[in-house]
Amino acid sequence: MKIWVPMDSAAKALGADDVARAIAREAAVRGLDVQIIRNGTRGMIWLEPLVEVDAGEGRIGYGAVTPADVPALLDGRLNSLGPVDMLDWMRRQTRLTFARCGVIDPLDLDDYQAHGGLAGLRRAIAMSQAEIVKEVFDSGLRGRGGAGFPTGIKWRTVSDAVADQKYIVCNADEGDSGTFADRMIMEGDPFTLIEGMAIAGLGVGATRGYVYLRSEYPDAIRVMEAAVVIARQRGMLGPDVLGSGRAFDMQIRTGAGAYVCGEETSLLNSLEGKRGTVRAKPPLPALEGFMGKPTVVNNVISLATVPVIFEKGAQHYADFGLGRSRGTVTLQIAGNVRHGGLFETAFGMTLGEVVNDIGGGTLSGHPVKAVQVGGPLGAYMPVSKFDTPMGYEEFDQKGGLIGHAGLVVFDDTADMLQMARFAMEFCAVESCGKCTPCRIGAVRGVETIDRIANGDPGAAALLTDLCETMKDGSLCALGGFTPYPVMSALTQFPDDFATHKEAAE
Amino acid sequence: MLEHAPAPAAPSPAAEEIRDVVRPFMGLEGPLLPMLHAIQEVWGHVPQAAVPVLADLLNLGRAEVHGVISFYHDFRDHPAGKRVLKICRAEACQAVGGTGVAQAVLDRLGVDWHGTTPDGAVTVEPVYCLGLCACGPAAMLDGRVIGRIDADRIAAELGVSA
Ligand SMILES: Cc1cc2nc3c(=O)[nH]c(=O)nc-3n(C[C@H](O)[C@H](O)[C@H](O)COP(=O)(O)O)c2cc1C
Ligand code: SF4
Ligand code: FES
Repeated sequence: MKIWVPMDSAAKALGADDVARAIAREAAVRGLDVQIIRNGTRGMIWLEPLVEVDAGEGRIGYGAVTPADVPALLDGRLNSLGPVDMLDWMRRQTRLTFARCGVIDPLDLDDYQAHGGLAGLRRAIAMSQAEIVKEVFDSGLRGRGGAGFPTGIKWRTVSDAVADQKYIVCNADEGDSGTFADRMIMEGDPFTLIEGMAIAGLGVGATRGYVYLRSEYPDAIRVMEAAVVIARQRGMLGPDVLGSGRAFDMQIRTGAGAYVCGEETSLLNSLEGKRGTVRAKPPLPALEGFMGKPTVVNNVISLATVPVIFEKGAQHYADFGLGRSRGTVTLQIAGNVRHGGLFETAFGMTLGEVVNDIGGGTLSGHPVKAVQVGGPLGAYMPVSKFDTPMGYEEFDQKGGLIGHAGLVVFDDTADMLQMARFAMEFCAVESCGKCTPCRIGAVRGVETIDRIANGDPGAAALLTDLCETMKDGSLCALGGFTPYPVMSALTQFPDDFATHKEAAE
Repeated sequence: MLEHAPAPAAPSPAAEEIRDVVRPFMGLEGPLLPMLHAIQEVWGHVPQAAVPVLADLLNLGRAEVHGVISFYHDFRDHPAGKRVLKICRAEACQAVGGTGVAQAVLDRLGVDWHGTTPDGAVTVEPVYCLGLCACGPAAMLDGRVIGRIDADRIAAELGVSA
């Protein structure tokens, strides 16, 4: 009998390690022949720890399992969810990037290959640099880290650059609240990120790669480091990648708790051992990046999506999506929501469908008040904008942004003035200090919102002006986009700003 | 001020000890952050004595090394409590009552953010997202993740009476 108990940190945070230990203990007592596999998560976080049992009839799910459930689980008396692949949540997805996550043993390279792994890299090895770059371009893949820049164009710039050394840098800083796709794939299917980076290396002529992984993710760091060692032992990394005659190797580097280091130039400074201040562009990192050399900086999900593009073909990927948003979006549904987790689907589903239909509405059962999409720099979307389709341009038209595709749901108890204040406070805490509108403006922003709360009638106009200054005078999106959550809160939820005023009068 | 417990008198490590800890990283491209992490791993903070050693090894000014250390939230200039509790303050956790839970924990321990209990047992730090946003409010105790926390759960984890 095979039993899967996730080792994903969300599952662990909900007791998966205790459950795995209880299963091992109980099986030993009973003398049962049980193989426990620690997989990634399937993404249904509300069901974690989600245990799967295969006693010869496929993988049957149980969740959320507690250690006390284990005797019944092994007796076959515990209520099951049925075959996991047949659950609505799974069947409604288009799992391309996350096809293996939760399915395989994350550190078993053979299991990885048995599920389509390395097919993309093998295909890329047979292609020229220009063909690799064209394949990525044709897939329509855009950066999943936030800005949505076409990945193929970035790779072409680096590929065309002439230098003695080039680099692939994976941005695994994932600082945005409401996002965990990077963490999930690194913990649940790390080889897909390594494979994506190797293909990038072949595509642009880079032989060295780094994953800049935030220190807040110790579990992901452990899994990635173990995976790199295995990949090296098995010849997936090293001087002769899968016998291609071409070299690519990589290292995992740990961040140090600065949100701004997710910004690519700040990240490069940090990787070089400097303060994580933002660099002015140009020069583009693609031309003068890590150590001043041409560098691809891509988000985890961008790179982890590359293998399936090469395995199934650019066209297959590009056939999914909406408008200029091609392929799938890895939605992370979080906050006050009944069914939180990761849901991968073609771009195009509306925000309302995601929150109400997929997410099942709020956890509290109260009405939804707002959804912050795209992290702490993303706008608060009111229910009146629930018809907005998930797409880069579509969100932009509605004054929002998709960012890393995290959605944080708030119910009617949320105080939007407090959320606006928090956005300013966060910007003040995390500012790299390079530009005055960000460094000083965010502090003023907190003060101004406090004045609104205290009933100062002129303060709202002042806040609006301040946001304009931050937007125009900031070098990067930390200062430049903090006005999104602040102004969306102010304009979409004026009552939360007015009541405070009236209360004070 | 109670929350500023007298820091356990940490003997300042000798330059040679520091050099031994960071030497394995000399060959890396951009070795400073890995070195600082290694130092903090050993001593629980980055001792002042590390600054001249690192400056010398990496051919940097002392001010530069100090500037790097002070930029990052992770690096401490004095030791933390025996256990480090990080509580998420970010939006997804706020949406499920994280602010109230965090305040209750701080109140029970009688400390403020970044504070250490008078007996030196626990330091509480804010963290902005642990990637546990679908099972918040979230915390991390000595590197171990905990989801759907409340003040009682944290008290139980810390072994402090309610
Ligand atoms: C303040 C700030 C924080 C950012 N944080 C991240 C992050 O955590 N992860 C990420 O991939 N991109 C982040 N970005 C975006 C990066 O600068 C960059 O656009 C991205 O890494 C490029 O990769 P992509 O094209 O694959 O998205 C951030 C940007 C800013 C301004
Ligand atoms: S906007 Fe803020 S974080 Fe960005 S470069 Fe300027 S000061 Fe630094
Ligand atoms: S917002 Fe708290 S874990 Fe992500």
